[in-house]
Amino acid sequence: MSYYFAIIGTQDNPLFEYEFGTSKQGGDGQAHFNDQARHLNQFVLHSSLDIVEEVQWTNGQSYLKAIDKFFNNYISCFITGSNVKLLLLHQPPSSPGGGASGLGAAASTRSSTSIAANPTSPQTEEAVKNFFTEAYENYVKATMSPFYRANMEIRNPVFRARVVAAGRKYL
Amino acid sequence: MMSASKASRLGEEIWKTRIDKVNSELVVLTYGTIVAQLCKDFDSDYVEVNKQLDKMGYNIGLRLIEDYLAKSNTMRRCANFRETAEMIAKVGFKIFLNITPTITNWTSDSKQFSLVFDENPLADFVELPDDGRAQDELWFSNILCGVLRGALEMVQMQVEAHFISDVLRGNDTTEMRISLIRYIDDELPPEDD
Repeated sequence: MSYYFAIIGTQDNPLFEYEFGTSKQGGDGQAHFNDQARHLNQFVLHSSLDIVEEVQWTNGQSYLKAIDKFFNNYISCFITGSNVKLLLLHQPPSSPGGGASGLGAAASTRSSTSIAANPTSPQTEEAVKNFFTEAYENYVKATMSPFYRANMEIRNPVFRARVVAAGRKYL
Repeated sequence: MMSASKASRLGEEIWKTRIDKVNSELVVLTYGTIVAQLCKDFDSDYVEVNKQLDKMGYNIGLRLIEDYLAKSNTMRRCANFRETAEMIAKVGFKIFLNITPTITNWTSDSKQFSLVFDENPLADFVELPDDGRAQDELWFSNILCGVLRGALEMVQMQVEAHFISDVLRGNDTTEMRISLIRYIDDELPPEDD
């Protein structure tokens, strides 16, 4: 399972990005995107912003769960009060020979109950929610720094370390 | 001489009964904004920012001492510089910031000591700019040095105060060094012959 996490500002500008892999079930915590997917991830993630805008008014929740799917990529979203989006792209490991296709995801859904292989299960939703909540708390702290201006890229190493820790803890 | 425990009881008592409390985030954000604005105004000349903060603190200290003496109801002088240190840490910092820095590292002549801040309400949330210089040059809480310098000057003590480490810079502790330069003699009125 590979993850790509990004925070998108109110002008649809990226504030922060981080790529990582699962640490559960003996995962090494490294992202296993191929070079092509790496470039694609940013597009996939940003293209889901349209869906976010549709979904964000339907319920009063911050956590919008998995809102978009592009082949084997699932996008979960957490939207803050000031319209900053925390987006997580998760890509379950593709099944042997299946490649990055929807079919591969379906196969691995049956074969395993781990959160890594099962992107739409309640357990996964819960884990992603916990990750978002922790990332959000730290985001709030990072924006409270007097040297931070709204919609500025977050380069704070402490914030990055905390997001890394949250990823390791929940995903 | 007032003992250390008596000083901390006094500080606690005043804090509880005679101090108006204010939301700490208001203080944190206001002070943070001042520092950030100074950095902007002086084009990230952090040495100059330190100087300005010290000067602002000095002007606060000159007036704050009166408030401190009134609230603590102090009617007499400290017997020596060690007692002064106790009063600064356990009463002064307690009533204005609700913290009690640790007094340590006295020199043998009792003229220099350090205040170690376990917590620093001014620095909550703060991350110094990562321009490669702020970590080495900016003393974010430098206003406190000025406050002490100004306040002590009004009670006939000329001191020099500066930070020597700060957790914001990645140091293990936040430590301020205070040195007594001299007691300022009362100036006699000019003799009229």
